[in-house]
Amino acid sequence: MKALIIAQHEFKTLFLSPLAWSLLGVLQFIFAYLFLTQIENFMRVQPQLAFIEHAPSLTDIIVPPLFGNAGIILLLLCPILTMSVICQERRTKTFALLLSAPLSSTDIIVGKYLGISFLLMVITSGISLMPLSLALSGTIDLGKLVCNDLALSLLVGAFAAVGVFCSTLAPHPVLAAILSFSFLLLLWIMDWSTALKDQGNEVIKYLSLVRHFQNLQTGLIHSADLGYFLLFIASFLWLSIRCLDYQRLQK
Amino acid sequence: MTKLIEAEHVFRYYGAYCAVYDLSFSLAKGQVLGFLGVNGAGKTTTMQLLCGLLAPSSGQILINGYNILSQPILAKQSLGYLPDTPPLYRDLTVSEFLRYCAQLHDIPAKQCHAAVRSVLERCGLSAVNHKLIAQLSKGFQQRVGIAQAIIHNPALIILDEPSVGLDPIQIQEIHTLIKELGQDHGVILSTHRLSEVHASCTDVQIIHDGKLILQHNSAQLATIMNTEKLCLRTRLAIDPALLTTITDINDITVINAQQLEIKYHSNANPTPKITEQLIAAGVDILELSPIKKSMEELFIELIKENSQ
Repeated sequence: MKALIIAQHEFKTLFLSPLAWSLLGVLQFIFAYLFLTQIENFMRVQPQLAFIEHAPSLTDIIVPPLFGNAGIILLLLCPILTMSVICQERRTKTFALLLSAPLSSTDIIVGKYLGISFLLMVITSGISLMPLSLALSGTIDLGKLVCNDLALSLLVGAFAAVGVFCSTLAPHPVLAAILSFSFLLLLWIMDWSTALKDQGNEVIKYLSLVRHFQNLQTGLIHSADLGYFLLFIASFLWLSIRCLDYQRLQK
Repeated sequence: MTKLIEAEHVFRYYGAYCAVYDLSFSLAKGQVLGFLGVNGAGKTTTMQLLCGLLAPSSGQILINGYNILSQPILAKQSLGYLPDTPPLYRDLTVSEFLRYCAQLHDIPAKQCHAAVRSVLERCGLSAVNHKLIAQLSKGFQQRVGIAQAIIHNPALIILDEPSVGLDPIQIQEIHTLIKELGQDHGVILSTHRLSEVHASCTDVQIIHDGKLILQHNSAQLATIMNTEKLCLRTRLAIDPALLTTITDINDITVINAQQLEIKYHSNANPTPKITEQLIAAGVDILELSPIKKSMEELFIELIKENSQ
């Protein structure tokens, strides 16, 4: 499978530059800070929780806000991570290597996408490790943690797919970052406008990334939400492949 | 035997601008084709068309019998390409990079190591094997570029300006390598240096403004380059009257006291007669050699003819 060879190479080269390392370090620091804030919160409300029936558990108080915030932070960072994935290769003329090798456009796009996704998986598993550490001294709802991890992985997977598409489209990496950031932000805040009216537009509501993400976060794995993310990723990868084919014909 | 390249009536437009106009040629194994042209003549576009980086606006290109557009993967399997800027990942070491290239070109994992080692040796890169590509000099980077084009032992090798930025010794080495490759592969070499074509090619094509204006093999080229002139240099001053008795000579121009330029009738080289005559007259000959039209002159002539 040629895509895997490209993915492996992509993942390896990310770690050859300081980019991946500094990203991992800085993100882990920020997430740890957020995590500690949530623990602090829990400690504060813990005495009152004892008197409430069906009180939210430790997991409920710590995990969803942590993963929710992580989603927003990664929304800011993903475009930077994906901006150079195709665009930079084209600018440094290394893209000819892939174009003249016996590869299809699908191999190239899927390979690049998987390479970036591997790094994002490393980041999300770094986040999951922190709540998991609570299992040493307390009880953790593992099912809910896994759901949150899945939700975040699908979310950043969607971010990366948009990023790869913008990088294929744009002539300059910074432009690619701006494009993908604006698009993602738009999708994120889409349901704000519907919240203002009494009856929001159902279609716009449905398209918003945030609703499907939050549905999964509650621990409810709904096939519609899974389908939304998988379709989202698949369509942006398909668009990138078409875009690459088209550029070969026109340029 | 299937030809390695068969290009038929290939056109390529960039908007309204025509970069390649009605290009047709073929290439077989054992040929080294020099592709000549001034900057902007359409050399790189042609190379990109052949490698499937660009699609022709019309016409078709077969690589080893496969259409580059409809069967790109099969066609590209028999293709090694060095673009005008070598496609190198600067963060990798030479052997890491070549290993990646080997994997991309379907070399089985078990044979990758051997393939990398043999190509390192062939391109004289064994000593810099573990260095980062970013740290290599331009010449070595160019060699890594050539190494990536030949690592999978392709039937057809396309080199776009392989000797740009190299010093004379390195250029010599690359010519030797190209000649070696030409024995059991088909090679296309684009350049704007005429001496390069002279040194390593069996065939030559000149492209100007997207059109092929000359297609020749090296023997034909030698005929065209013959000016039917001889240069004679002697130790002491020479009297041109000594040679007037030789009927094959058309005209004699005196360049200085010790040097003459002799024009003769085609198909009758008077060199033996001249030597005989001069030795009989006791003249010391320092040099008697045919004057060849330099490739530069030929090139300029052709381009002038075509732009009129």
